Amino acid sequence: MSKLMEWVDARFPATKMWNEHLAEYYAPKNFNFWYFFGSLALVVLVIQIVSGIFLTMHYKPDGAMAFASVEYIMRDVPYGWLIRYIHSTGATALFAVVYLHMFRGLIYGSYKNPRELIWLFGMFIYLALMAEAFMGYLLPWGQMSYWGAQVIISLFSAIPVIGDDLTLWIRGDFVISDATLNRFFALHVIALPFVLVFLVIAHILALHEVGSNNPDGVEIKKNKDENGIPRDGIPFHPYYSVKDIVGVVVFLFFFATIVFYFPDGGGYFLEHANFIASDPLKTPEHIAPVWYFTPFYAILRAVPDKLMGVGAMGAAILVLFFLPWIDRCKVKSIRYRSTLYKANIAMLVISFVVLGWLAMQAVTETITLLSQVFSILYFAFFVVLYFTSKNEKTKPVPDRVT
Amino acid sequence: MSTDTVDVARRRFLVNSTTVVGAVGVGFVCVPFLASWMPSERAKNAGAPIEADISKLEEGRMMTVEWQSKPVWIVRRSEKTLADLETLTESLRDPNSEVVDQQPEYAQNAARSRKAEILVLVGICTHLGCSPTYRPELAPVDLGSDWLGGFFCPCHSSKFDMAGRVYQNVPAPTNLVVPPHYYVTDTTILVGQDGEAA
Repeated sequence: MSKLMEWVDARFPATKMWNEHLAEYYAPKNFNFWYFFGSLALVVLVIQIVSGIFLTMHYKPDGAMAFASVEYIMRDVPYGWLIRYIHSTGATALFAVVYLHMFRGLIYGSYKNPRELIWLFGMFIYLALMAEAFMGYLLPWGQMSYWGAQVIISLFSAIPVIGDDLTLWIRGDFVISDATLNRFFALHVIALPFVLVFLVIAHILALHEVGSNNPDGVEIKKNKDENGIPRDGIPFHPYYSVKDIVGVVVFLFFFATIVFYFPDGGGYFLEHANFIASDPLKTPEHIAPVWYFTPFYAILRAVPDKLMGVGAMGAAILVLFFLPWIDRCKVKSIRYRSTLYKANIAMLVISFVVLGWLAMQAVTETITLLSQVFSILYFAFFVVLYFTSKNEKTKPVPDRVT
Repeated sequence: MSTDTVDVARRRFLVNSTTVVGAVGVGFVCVPFLASWMPSERAKNAGAPIEADISKLEEGRMMTVEWQSKPVWIVRRSEKTLADLETLTESLRDPNSEVVDQQPEYAQNAARSRKAEILVLVGICTHLGCSPTYRPELAPVDLGSDWLGGFFCPCHSSKFDMAGRVYQNVPAPTNLVVPPHYYVTDTTILVGQDGEAA
């Protein structure tokens, strides 16, 4: 066996890569609960790719056949229902773990020097995921697929001068049609997964270059033993690979519960209107995106002006890219930051969740007013952070992890 | 022939010019791929005009026909509805239909139509493309006591009056589109054409 590995290693850096990224990648020893979600995101991505590949074997990306082919998968293909529910639940799960993963980065300052690029790659992953989820949602060709896509593509028409031609170009027709469905299928199954995998590799390479942050926000590389190994570091494999597997098992428990017992998530994971075939002449009474897009949708709906509304929604996502430069505090972890910062984070979380809820409600004057208030609170987080973080009153940070 | 000196400037010029020529080539190669996303010839030809028979359309009712895969609404308005239109000027964004792209010239009038009582509209919200709901009733609970009938978009609550004119303080920027149309007979409308084909 070792002879074989020698032969391989002389030709391909198998052992070298194994050591660099697993067996001799030293991660801080104090990872907590929040550190499950990075590896979980990878697991769910694999679930999505595998289940997706099998769905393409039965699905027809054709305006006349798409809706029926999904029903065919659900009713006639052996275990087709299971594969489809795994894929649809996987979309929800992926966003759930990614949001928790981003929250972890937020509270422990994992986006700060020297990890700005990790954060940026992560944000691009998030953006690609949103595109991937949006295009995937068109494929069942139900009413929500159709009108959701109509609304989202029309967002581009708010761009002055080129807007209308741009939407025409994206759709490939004067309305959402077979042409749109077919190209979204291609992007969903080939183009964006490639981009996603590439970005994930970049995200991990950048992480392994600078090393992981931890709940204390202390750089473990500043304190190394005589062999050059961080004193507070432990090899990722086997210590964290084993820990993460426990996380995966617990996660799969929840995942399977949803797949088998609540696959439509009460209308939040698979919307009821999407069980009706798409009809270009009739918009469903209540149109709302799937839960993971709702906070941004609420911001869009809060502004009574087309260009400004689209701009505000775009800004709500774009501002996250600049987080490493908006937060000017030197202390990374929330553990050693001021009460004001903690209150600010709480405000962000509350406004994000409330916005998500608001977008699912039918519009009334109260709902619109609340959406406006919480949209302002969402943006206020970044403004407050920028102006208070530079001279923030922080607690002393320990030299080593606790 | 060989010399020991390297002409660095010449090398840099050659490398740069090769790069530029290559980049231009890549740019040209992109064109057919990007252009392939434009509507196909088949899609362009699909927008043929459509005939609508309005003889059975009663006052206050709306019918929908499909033109270029879009819903086109035809509404027969009452005298009262037409009179009400004039009272709304203050609360509308573009009461006199001054945005020229939203209607043909012959519909740039108070009722936004060729015949005052018949309204023809593309039923697609000018905000983000949902199809608004026809709400002809007066002062329903959800739309407020000053509602005089019109169209309400369920997606982002844009409001339009009975001439498809957009209210102020809603997300939609412009009035609903009046498609090209003309009366073939008194009771037949051809949607998609301004008049007899020349």
